[in-house]
Amino acid sequence: MRLAEHLYSTIGSVRSQLFFVEKVHQARMGEIVRVVFPDGRELEGEVLKIDNDTVLIQIFGDCSGMDRKSSTVIFSGSLKQAPLSPSMLNRIYSGSFQPMDGKPLYVPDKWQPVTGYPMNPTKRERPQEFIETGLSCIDGLNTLVKGQKLPVFSCAGLPAKEIISRILQDSKMSKNETDFAVIFIALGLTHHEYSFYMRTLEQMTSNFVAFINLAEDSVVERLLAPRFGLTTAEYLAYEKGMDTLVIIADITNYCDALRELSMAREELPGRRGYPGYMYSDLASLFERAGRITDLPGSVTMLPVITMPEDDITHPIPDLTGYITEGQIVLSRELHQRGIFPPVDILPSLSRLMQKGIGPGMTRDDHREVANRLYAQYARGIDLRGLEAIVGREGLSEDDRIILDFSAAFEEEFIHQEQRRTIKETLDCGLDLLSRFTRARTKEG
Amino acid sequence: MQGKVIGISGPTVTVDLEDLTLYERVTVGHSKLQGEVVRLKSSGAVIQVYEETKGMCVGEPVIRQGVPLTVRLAPGLLNEIFDGLQRPLQRLGDAFGPFIRPGDVLTVDPCGNQYIFIPEKKAGDEVTGGEYIGYVEEGRFKHYIAAGQGGIIRQITEGEFCPDDPVAILEDDYRILTYQQWPIRVSRPYRKKLFPRELLVTGQRVIDFLFPLARGGTAVLPGGFGTGKTILEQAIAKFAEVDIVVYVGCGERGNEMAEMLEEFRSLTDPWTGRRLLERTILVANTSNMPVAAREASIYTAVSMAEYYRDMGYNVLLLADSISRWAEALREISSALEEMPGEEGYPTYLASRLSGFMARAGAVQTLNGRIGSLSMVLSVSPPGGDFTEPTTQACLRNTGTFLMLDTDLAYRRHFPAINWSQSFSLYDTEITEFCSREIAPDWPDMKKRCQALLNKEEKLREVAEIVGAEGLQDTDRLLMYVAEQIRSRFLCQNSFTDDAFSTPESTFELIKKLITLYDSGLAKLEQGEPLVEILEGLAQ
Repeated sequence: MRLAEHLYSTIGSVRSQLFFVEKVHQARMGEIVRVVFPDGRELEGEVLKIDNDTVLIQIFGDCSGMDRKSSTVIFSGSLKQAPLSPSMLNRIYSGSFQPMDGKPLYVPDKWQPVTGYPMNPTKRERPQEFIETGLSCIDGLNTLVKGQKLPVFSCAGLPAKEIISRILQDSKMSKNETDFAVIFIALGLTHHEYSFYMRTLEQMTSNFVAFINLAEDSVVERLLAPRFGLTTAEYLAYEKGMDTLVIIADITNYCDALRELSMAREELPGRRGYPGYMYSDLASLFERAGRITDLPGSVTMLPVITMPEDDITHPIPDLTGYITEGQIVLSRELHQRGIFPPVDILPSLSRLMQKGIGPGMTRDDHREVANRLYAQYARGIDLRGLEAIVGREGLSEDDRIILDFSAAFEEEFIHQEQRRTIKETLDCGLDLLSRFTRARTKEG
Repeated sequence: MQGKVIGISGPTVTVDLEDLTLYERVTVGHSKLQGEVVRLKSSGAVIQVYEETKGMCVGEPVIRQGVPLTVRLAPGLLNEIFDGLQRPLQRLGDAFGPFIRPGDVLTVDPCGNQYIFIPEKKAGDEVTGGEYIGYVEEGRFKHYIAAGQGGIIRQITEGEFCPDDPVAILEDDYRILTYQQWPIRVSRPYRKKLFPRELLVTGQRVIDFLFPLARGGTAVLPGGFGTGKTILEQAIAKFAEVDIVVYVGCGERGNEMAEMLEEFRSLTDPWTGRRLLERTILVANTSNMPVAAREASIYTAVSMAEYYRDMGYNVLLLADSISRWAEALREISSALEEMPGEEGYPTYLASRLSGFMARAGAVQTLNGRIGSLSMVLSVSPPGGDFTEPTTQACLRNTGTFLMLDTDLAYRRHFPAINWSQSFSLYDTEITEFCSREIAPDWPDMKKRCQALLNKEEKLREVAEIVGAEGLQDTDRLLMYVAEQIRSRFLCQNSFTDDAFSTPESTFELIKKLITLYDSGLAKLEQGEPLVEILEGLAQ
């Protein structure tokens, strides 16, 4: 065990942000190091691999201007930790936890390793507390519950951020506003997107903590920022009893950063060049959502994913879908027709919905209404394919009614201008069902 | 013997200990992480560590254990939830709180057992190695205790016992204990393997009727995300007609395991009316738990399953999902810098997988009993692409193939088993079994049901061009009945009472639907208009 920091200037080979330090005494796996450049600039890094006294280090930041001779590496002896305190609320930090709002950092209550620990499955509380987001397509058909991780699968140019912003403004998470906090993690966002999100956060009355890594910022920080954010969320949830909603935008940028670093480390590439451990890595983020038995507080996650080439089988949405408890898929076609939120109902799913709805949670008829709406709409989508071939005239009267239902469903149920309560959502669904069923019996 | 860590790379650690044996267990570091020797070098060895190596320092101590990675086989496995290294998660949580930290180890309680040993032999009897000398009652099961070696019994004690004290002693001072340590990567011996020819009732109509599982057989169910793999696995775990279920959550969601634990505590087994958990062993290594332990978890599970099979029970092992195991194998392989095969998976993926799946089977045990170990494995092909290595390796070894279809899932047709592409290699034997045990016209009905579904598929293609109105009346009748078969027979809602169906009621329902079709056809022949017939059928 070392008692003091160690300082070395024995840098071996350097490859962009990776370099080898030689003759290191007792390096620690994952240990944080500081590198001092010839010009006095300091950057942080992490120990990736140890082979005897040779240590592979990855630097978080731009390494231009460093040399092998006069740069020094300081080994801290500890893992990356997050400074935690209730006074962290309503502040904006960089991806490496530096305050970005001009104010000084608070005095931390405690330090916690950012990677967190896996939750014991026997201590997990089953998520089943309904969250009213105010959006019918989510509340009615893909219900979100506290402690769930439900990603939004978007495509370039679709209004994912507008949907997130609506959810932030309209959702009822906690009875008491002080018990609720939004953790916003921006990963590789453009300034335009970032300012949009920040405007939403500032308009809200509830607490927030923001970790910002913009498009031009360090790629390595992109891997760190969500871990800071989630450590913060776990602290606020399980130690301070708050309900937290973690927004991560955009996971696609995170995965690209992962791929970039994996390639720099000369690891074997998997599908489309993404590393083979991407599933486990994403799971180490997403699985931190949840609730703990006998503790107040919860971590709910709404990550945003932009599907490259609108392809849901691309490794990023694919692996995410295998980990998360459902997905909200956006549709370019609905968006072009002016429907907001343009949620594609058929591939969207909430796996925890069954436990969160029905008597005592939402309304007794919720499950039945949702099933009927879904079945009718799915049939309508099928019939649209048929209609394109045989024409509307070639369809039976019943089929035509279902087609009309689907169109009305998209325009009246999925599309919405105003916030709807769950009661309004279900009534809207019931109204649609009865209007189009009545037509059928009249003619039959 | 003690050595020290000299290198660390992800889940693998290089140590300077010489004279280690391959696959020997070692404890690594100050926090005593479990590891297994995977490679020997001229001056040292490479250890695969089953817990997070972050924070470990070079120079930390390494201690060899002299035994391979084992599971403890003893009364008390049922009703429990373990991690991939057989640590009891419930007790771990009570002792260390809601998060699992590396190095959290529970010592086995030396005398906290509530079991009573009942001898079936007496002093002076001669036993052979592996022969049972008595049993303890574990819930409703007789948990047999075997003699580790042959000899003449000198002393045998009835009543409560401590795990470390012998229940019997042989003449040559050999002590027979109630537990044994079994190396997880070695399959347990049996006298001979039998041909699987009995139906394993899953309670799912589409499986039991169209693509049956055999006791001692294997089944894989591949499907993209959202196709209901986990729900189907859980439904089978709940309703299968077996004595004991071992369920491995291998690299999947933590919330699912929590949900399952809660459900299994409260739900009852439809065959015995007792709580489901009493017949279940859960192994949970969720996606965020260490990958190396995930790799070990399926072996831990199968060893426990074989142990109960050896007592003459019918055991079902379910793993969700085997793809995550394959990915763990890939991760370790790449940390070992091995030459990669297809898609980065090691070239031994297929042989390891077939070795694992070969541990299933109906057997005559060393004690002459008949036991079976069946497997149902889910596969998560990336992008729903079935040509990828894990799915292909599974396909070569499996007896039943249940293909889960994304299109069906989008239509909320669950279980989303595609009936034109799935198959069961046990079909001939099982159909024979069913016609003998359940209904003589089972084979006949099955043929007709398949023919109906096939015909419907062809007709649908035609209908898409000419419209349903353009079809002949007989064909429209067929389409109507096929639709009924799909929605009322093939679909089964896991959240209602319909979740479980006995083979008798399965058969009754399909017979009813096919009779409906026959009566419709007869009426058509008599000249009744189709509309009226359909209306009659609807009632």
